[in-house]
Amino acid sequence: MTAVTDLSGAHAVYDVDRVRKDFPILGREIHGRPLVYLDSANSAQKPQVVIDAEADLYAHHYANVARAVHTLGSEATNAFEAARDTVAAFLNAPSRDEVVFTKNISEALNLLAYSFSNASTFPGAERFRLGPGDEIVVTEMEHHSNLVPWQLLAQRTGATFRWIPLDDEGRLVSAAIDEVINERTKVVSFVYQSNALGTINPVARLVARAREVGAISIVDAAQAAPHLPLDVQEIGADFVAFTGHKLYGPTGVGVLWGRYDLLAAMPPFLGGGEMIETVDMTGTTYAAPPHRFEAGTPAIAQVVALATAVEWVQGVGLDAIHAHEVALLEHALEVLPTVEGLHIVGPTTAVDRGATISFTLDGVHPHDVAQLLDERGIAVRAGHHCARPVCVRYGVAATTRASFAAYTTLGEIDALVAGLREVGEMFR
Amino acid sequence: MSMPSPQLESMYQEVILDHYKHPHHKGLQDDFDAEVHHVNPTCGDEVTLRVRVRDGAVAEVSYDGQGCSISQASTSVMTELVTGRQVTDALGLQEEFLALMQGRGQVEPDEESLEDAVVFAGVAKYPARVKCALLGWMAWKDATARAVAGEGNPV
Ligand SMILES: Cc1ncc(COP(=O)(O)O)c(C=O)c1O
Repeated sequence: MTAVTDLSGAHAVYDVDRVRKDFPILGREIHGRPLVYLDSANSAQKPQVVIDAEADLYAHHYANVARAVHTLGSEATNAFEAARDTVAAFLNAPSRDEVVFTKNISEALNLLAYSFSNASTFPGAERFRLGPGDEIVVTEMEHHSNLVPWQLLAQRTGATFRWIPLDDEGRLVSAAIDEVINERTKVVSFVYQSNALGTINPVARLVARAREVGAISIVDAAQAAPHLPLDVQEIGADFVAFTGHKLYGPTGVGVLWGRYDLLAAMPPFLGGGEMIETVDMTGTTYAAPPHRFEAGTPAIAQVVALATAVEWVQGVGLDAIHAHEVALLEHALEVLPTVEGLHIVGPTTAVDRGATISFTLDGVHPHDVAQLLDERGIAVRAGHHCARPVCVRYGVAATTRASFAAYTTLGEIDALVAGLREVGEMFR
Repeated sequence: MSMPSPQLESMYQEVILDHYKHPHHKGLQDDFDAEVHHVNPTCGDEVTLRVRVRDGAVAEVSYDGQGCSISQASTSVMTELVTGRQVTDALGLQEEFLALMQGRGQVEPDEESLEDAVVFAGVAKYPARVKCALLGWMAWKDATARAVAGEGNPV
């Protein structure tokens, strides 16, 4: 269905030029230079098929979902629910009813944290109850979206908020894992691939340890979904979430996958239309998952276009994308350190690490680096990447971050290196 | 859309880099009427600034700070501009600079009054950096208001 479908064969040569042709924005010039977009970890660009899918729904099949009996309502509902099938297959979910659409991964994680606190008075939800003496565990490398909701939950319930610390290389302190996750732990929520460091965490070990102590395990796969095949059965966690806009999909849509038995016992987060079974002035009963967690009119066109994004990724092939990104990563890890004064913050080898690289440049503030690179057409991110504790851990106020995607080329990495050399010289 | 060449457009004029590398009035002075500490959370820029006011004029401004080149150079340029001026005149300059920064690149800077500070005109097009350029100016305004209030002779 896309121009690149024929690349899906496992042994096909990865044709990055062909992939790039799917992204109209990559033809743009910025300040008279060709755009070099190295900020995909922040948000990925969109292939034309995704842009078209959203427009097509509005142009030809639009009405509200789930409540209309007319033709357009039925078409929109069918497209929306077909998207659920597509996402369920993408995740290898045992059931489509385990796929909940949210507005982004931040909402998915907050949904869990608020449902858990609602469990304190919800019949049959003892499994999710937390109180003083219980512990919630995250890691020191979490995005604020997987950190603040759990701090808030700890405050609401009196549970203790704990974290697995980072070592000097940007990995979890291995020896701390079994100590921090212990018999008191009720929830373990951690990032699969760090947006700030690029580190890929030992997911199997963390999930196994959580299971061993009877804790609920949650995986923030926002940065993993665009780069690694995600199989929720293989991962074995209780919940896995990702966000659409980093997976070449639209903004306004995220996904929470959860084990059906847990979702079925979990209290609702938001109340409203579509999440009920029956409503009475004296009380309400709730719909079964996934609808229990989808109050109100969802992001219909965006959900449909997310499915198109998933199909686009499957068309190119996640294995092929991954192999391409590993090649980019290895090249970048080799050439970036040749820039005078550049220091990588995070793992310096391609082992258990994704194609997202944070660094500092001696004597130049990251915002100046990013601004000066922008003047050369190169888009990178600068700041604390919504993971401020990571910057604190490594004693830097901010870093510059370059992140790669299916459409990134080796030439763009060389352009980054050349740009960084020029920036360094200006400040010397 | 055709774009001017990066050289012509660069936000980083020589003056900015000069002030960043060789800041003026940096280093806190002991004789002062008011001290403030301002931060810009987006860049993590920080400035601690001291002001001494005498006979309705800005007698001395000194500061210490760290952060991006825009915030540090803008603070340095500001100290040059306001020192020795009547407080009312200096506040007028501050307002002119503020209007330039908030003008989204639409306000024509007046080199006559703003002197070296006109080099920051390019910053106005980048909303994320406007706070950097304003950091020192806002700190100075705050400190001066406190100094004047402390003196008990409002301007
Ligand atoms: C690891 C990780 N988790 C969560 C998020 C939050 O994503 P969103 O803003 O789409 O909710 C991000 C995005 O920056 C991320 O990188």
